[in-house]
Amino acid sequence: MASSAAVPFWRAAGMMYITYSNICANLVRKCLREPFKAESMNREKVHFSLSKWADGKPEKPGFFFFFFTLLPV
Amino acid sequence: MLRQASRLLSRSVTAASSKSATTRAFSTELPSTIDSTFVESWKKVAPNMDPPQTPSSFMKPRPSTASSIPTKLTVNFVLPYASELSGKEVDMVIIPATTGQMGVLPGHVPTITELKPGIMSVHEGTDIKKYFVSSGFAFLHANSVADIIAVEAVPLENIDASQVQKGLAEFTQKLASATTDLEKAEAQIGVEVHSAMNAALTG
Repeated sequence: MASSAAVPFWRAAGMMYITYSNICANLVRKCLREPFKAESMNREKVHFSLSKWADGKPEKPGFFFFFFTLLPV
Repeated sequence: MLRQASRLLSRSVTAASSKSATTRAFSTELPSTIDSTFVESWKKVAPNMDPPQTPSSFMKPRPSTASSIPTKLTVNFVLPYASELSGKEVDMVIIPATTGQMGVLPGHVPTITELKPGIMSVHEGTDIKKYFVSSGFAFLHANSVADIIAVEAVPLENIDASQVQKGLAEFTQKLASATTDLEKAEAQIGVEVHSAMNAALTG
């Protein structure tokens, strides 16, 4: 297959479209006015629990996080 | 060499004809009838069972393209958490495609385009509703239906101008001091999004 045309700068840097899109969305959310900002942060909260496994068993019962932006920006 | 020619010729002809029997037309042109020879041979083998359904029998037929251009564009504007506009009939939509602001009128050529951070405006009579879209895609169909999907879209009034200025300054500075490719890309994205928001608020 022929190589595609000029790639966008973020793909050239190794980023996937979904990463790019999520970064854009987070930046827009950060610039919202107060009531809307709090609503959007609340809406985008992600709850997950992470546990490390050893010998086929979880080491601890798991530790709980919730992040509203999973990205450093 | 020539002894094989007729055999090779006939083989290529039959291959071509069998291929053409299975080449698919575009899905808009497929007949909606079920394959009758299959149904007959099924009934012979399993007369008490209904022939199996195919996925296409469960689908609603695709709305056909009207022969004359409709007067209104039907817009479906969706976000991951809400359906902003659903089947709304409008006169025109201007979307921020990566290739520039694209005006979409009824009868627009079918297009799939990626959106960049920018303003999307929906024109209905004298009413113009503007949203700032963070990124997404727009699918324009032949039957004058536009499906616009965005990750985040906010009315312009909800954006805080001072935050935008702060963000722009911060990312311009990050871009200057970035070292790795990834940092540069992230800073570049920041600069683009904030400048687009700035332009949206001031323009």
